[in-house]
Amino acid sequence: MIELIKGYLPNILDNLPLLPEQASTIAAEVDLLTLAWTAISFVSGTIVVAVALYFGIRYRRRYATQVGGHETHAPAVEIVSMLIPFVACMAMFVWGTKVFVDMRRIPPDAVEYFAFGKQWMWKIQHPNGLREINDFTIPVDTPIKLTMTSEDVIHSFFIPAFRVKQDVLPGRYTTMWFEATELGEFHLFCAEYCGSEHSYMGGTVTVLSQEDYQDFLNQESPERGSPVSGGRELFTSLACVTCHQEADNARGPSLRGVYGREVQLASGTSVVVDDAYLRESIVNPRAKMRSGYMPLMPTFEGQVTEEQLHDLVSYIKTLDNTNDVAANDDDSSDDSHDSETATSVSAGG
Amino acid sequence: MSTHADSALAHHFESFEQQRTAASLGMWLFLAQELMFFGGLFTCYLIYRSLNSLDFAIASSELDITLGGINTAVLITSSLTMALGVKAAQLAKKNQLIGYLLATILLACCFLVIKYFEYAAKFEHHTVPGQHFEFHVPPDLIEKFELGPERLVQMEKRAEIFFSVYFAMTGLHGLHVLIGIGIAIWLLFPASRGKFNMDYHAPVENFGLYWHFVDLVWIFLFPLLYLLGRNIHA
Amino acid sequence: MSAHTDTYDPKVNYLNTDWSIKSWLLTLDHKRIAWLYLVSISGFFVLGGIFALLIRLELLTPQGDLLSPDGYNRVFTQHGVLMIFLFLIPSIPAVLGNFLVPLMCGAIDVAFPRLNLASWYIYTIGGILIVIALITGGVDTGWTFYTPLSSTYANSQVMFVALGVFIAGFSSILTGLNFLVTIHTMRAPGLTWGRLPLFLWGTYATSLINVLGTPVVAITIGLVGAERTLGLGIFDPALGGDPVLFQHLFWFYSHPAVYIMILPAFGVISELISAFSRKRVFGYSFIAASSVGIAVLGFIVWAHHLFTTGMSVYAATVFSALTMLIAVPTAVKMINWTTTMYQGAVKWDTPMLYAVGFLGLFLIGGLTGVMLATLGIDIHVHDTYFVVAHFHYVMVGGAIMGFLGGLHFWWPKMTGRLYPESFSKVSAVLIFVGFNATFFPQFILGYMGMPRRYHAYPEEFQVLNIFSTAGASILGVGYLLPLVYFTWSIVAGKKAPENPWGAMGLEWRIPSPPPTENFVKEPVITDAYDYEHEILKEQIEEIARDEAAAVPSTA
Repeated sequence: MIELIKGYLPNILDNLPLLPEQASTIAAEVDLLTLAWTAISFVSGTIVVAVALYFGIRYRRRYATQVGGHETHAPAVEIVSMLIPFVACMAMFVWGTKVFVDMRRIPPDAVEYFAFGKQWMWKIQHPNGLREINDFTIPVDTPIKLTMTSEDVIHSFFIPAFRVKQDVLPGRYTTMWFEATELGEFHLFCAEYCGSEHSYMGGTVTVLSQEDYQDFLNQESPERGSPVSGGRELFTSLACVTCHQEADNARGPSLRGVYGREVQLASGTSVVVDDAYLRESIVNPRAKMRSGYMPLMPTFEGQVTEEQLHDLVSYIKTLDNTNDVAANDDDSSDDSHDSETATSVSAGG
Repeated sequence: MSTHADSALAHHFESFEQQRTAASLGMWLFLAQELMFFGGLFTCYLIYRSLNSLDFAIASSELDITLGGINTAVLITSSLTMALGVKAAQLAKKNQLIGYLLATILLACCFLVIKYFEYAAKFEHHTVPGQHFEFHVPPDLIEKFELGPERLVQMEKRAEIFFSVYFAMTGLHGLHVLIGIGIAIWLLFPASRGKFNMDYHAPVENFGLYWHFVDLVWIFLFPLLYLLGRNIHA
Repeated sequence: MSAHTDTYDPKVNYLNTDWSIKSWLLTLDHKRIAWLYLVSISGFFVLGGIFALLIRLELLTPQGDLLSPDGYNRVFTQHGVLMIFLFLIPSIPAVLGNFLVPLMCGAIDVAFPRLNLASWYIYTIGGILIVIALITGGVDTGWTFYTPLSSTYANSQVMFVALGVFIAGFSSILTGLNFLVTIHTMRAPGLTWGRLPLFLWGTYATSLINVLGTPVVAITIGLVGAERTLGLGIFDPALGGDPVLFQHLFWFYSHPAVYIMILPAFGVISELISAFSRKRVFGYSFIAASSVGIAVLGFIVWAHHLFTTGMSVYAATVFSALTMLIAVPTAVKMINWTTTMYQGAVKWDTPMLYAVGFLGLFLIGGLTGVMLATLGIDIHVHDTYFVVAHFHYVMVGGAIMGFLGGLHFWWPKMTGRLYPESFSKVSAVLIFVGFNATFFPQFILGYMGMPRRYHAYPEEFQVLNIFSTAGASILGVGYLLPLVYFTWSIVAGKKAPENPWGAMGLEWRIPSPPPTENFVKEPVITDAYDYEHEILKEQIEEIARDEAAAVPSTA
């Protein structure tokens, strides 16, 4: 049914000047939802106002001593006035929740980017380590997963043309995803009030074709090695490797292939290992202990920066069950940057 | 405004019955309000406790359970004297009422003095949240839970949250005790003039309700802040 | 009560019984306390309005050229703080509620008159603290005080404002408590719950929220204050504290607070539509029950303000569904108000214009509220001008229209004077038109993606912003007019009869303005909406004679 309506709508949507550009896969779904409720609102609102005005004029007072009639109860009116809004709102609820789930369900093949919010700028990091400030260049037709955290207050990452928004909080990761469908430049805003320069905290999202994006990556030389190589350095320098070895041992579980897997916790429940779980386990290892292990791991809260945390998480994610994947991934960034990373880590650590 | 014989009945009420119902309903609503007021803090406590149970248990084992225990006894006793005071007011026993009010005031002051010593110790040990906050996990616990240096740093931060919650809750409770003392002293004046009797004793009764509420809050605070996780040293 | 009958002098009323300033500042009379509130909230409304004007002027151009970024942040924060905590929340309950609750109950006063006066002083102290904050540099956290911005990063006078809001909160707690007790215990014999005027039902529901919700925000904002001054760290992410917990606690009150503002307006509208249709309100029990229903539901929907914080999908789903349920009692009210006019004797006097205007504006506010409760749409429009437009439709289009409608309706009772009907009709129309011109474009702006609290914005948003500012200037004139003609009417307005509208209700059967003791004779309790009652007949005929005398050629 919805698909059927959708088939007819694009023309209307394209010509309606009151909607922002639809530049992502989700945008049309959101707009359709909005337009549907706008139509319902318009019809029901017009009916109520028209009826009110009609009653007000039809039954206007004709002589000064006139009083009203006796019609003051009608169960049918009450039932209808409850049933119609209830049904309409529940329909909106179901449909809206479906769109919301689409917004939150990140496709498994999404390419991972990272964003830091701070007063008052966005720092974006590409998978190969390339950094941008307030500009965000992405390839078209590619699902993009954005993991974000804030270094100070709460911010909110908002791209109206994509119809997506996600608050960015200090001390934890939040994620969002989107897939751009149109080439061009779009606004990037901070939507959560964050202090003096809030209105200037934003920039441009540039959507390039796949080829142009590759060119862009080649022109802009990354300032540092990829997060994965940085993470590998840290994994050694922070001595993670002494406990988390190739195979599970008494001191700690192997991290190989752990990402995306469901693991048993000491509390009896289980959890799917994702970015947020990995991050939490580094800064607060006791929060969700794996079952069968002693709480030996120290916390690294305050020991590593958010960027280093991101590097570590990125590295752990590459550890899958085949032995050479971590090395393979590294091919995308050239080796000269690895040495830079090593220096920066030792300088910072 | 009527100022003759039945001056205890305010001019806008029809009867003592109506006045008493109004006063008592008003008091219960006020207590409902107080419950929500403390409720915000209890929510904070419960959420943080469930997120950081070990940290909170270790931090809470720093509290002085002896002083806390004595204070619990003091406050419960003061509730008893207050309840007896309400009874005395209803029976128009002027001297008894004054005696019980004084006993309640005395016990409340006693509570605050003990609280003062508890707070002073915290200032001495730098476990007051803020710039100078320091928290040292006892060596036996470091050993028992094999806490690494980084975990200790984290624990110091979580302990600061614990002590923030501790000071917010006990501070607000202490403020209520202080206000209670003020009201009790103020009640001494009409009490000494023998104003309270079977018809008119709502002020004493309502203060009694307030005082029991303050007591009740402490009865929740004491186990939550002092007792929970005490067995950590065992 | 009977004691007063012997000494009753019809020339003496609650206004002229004593002229000294002391008699006003120390009054225990609920009617005079209503005036104390009316004067103070009007002051804060004008102040908040000036800030609104500055916001609209700044947004006339895309560049932030009128104010500095910090200046703008202070202006919108202060607009929000003043309008919400010092104007909207006390407006109908503290002014009309104080004046009417005892009258409608058939009582001499509220249950605790001293507490009532104390509430006004508490409110005033809160207000003074906030004004001190304005004078000494202002505050720039947004009225929502989100941590850690408010607790750690802001450099403005957060303390004064937090303290002011904390203290003013107790004023509404105590006022709510007073009304609840009054409605429960002070009703005249015969005034059963089923006969209670709907304004009292609205006030009752509001008071419940005041008593149970306000303490939570008080302690939450108190904790922000404690973080700033005492160094406590309950919401501090640097220690592992949770800033989102603050949002949960804040909205646990502040969402019900929306209903604190709108429920009394619902009550007023019920009275107005019934009175100007001269007909019993349609579906009385449904309107009464829906008020209480909204108050209860209002407490379990708060997290719909947090959909974008990354809360779990399950939690978001539950809160979205619960929020949708609020549409049901709200729709019940809308439909019943409309059908009240059916077979009525509708007269389009100024209060009725406000009531029908309210119907239209609140309808838009409510329908867009459903959009915000829809998860798929809320993610896009959250924190944009769409939300700004929505809550202005609810709070300004709803609460202020209700307040002004009620003020026009009961003004003759409060002052004993009539205001010029022609001016008041013009102002009602100006406000309706100006309001829509100001806020409707903001729905589109928001959907286009303009975030709220922006001091400078991309150029493509300018056209709609100009519309909005132009509308605001009409709205401003609309609000100024009542200020002028109300003031004028006190001095030179025509004397008002006991019941200028021919309305039912206890308050219309006592002199205008009422005597200090309210009821000279024991009030006769009838159904509040029985427009065929004998008691009313004489009054209506008198109005008809007056009208015939004023217009010689009656058609």
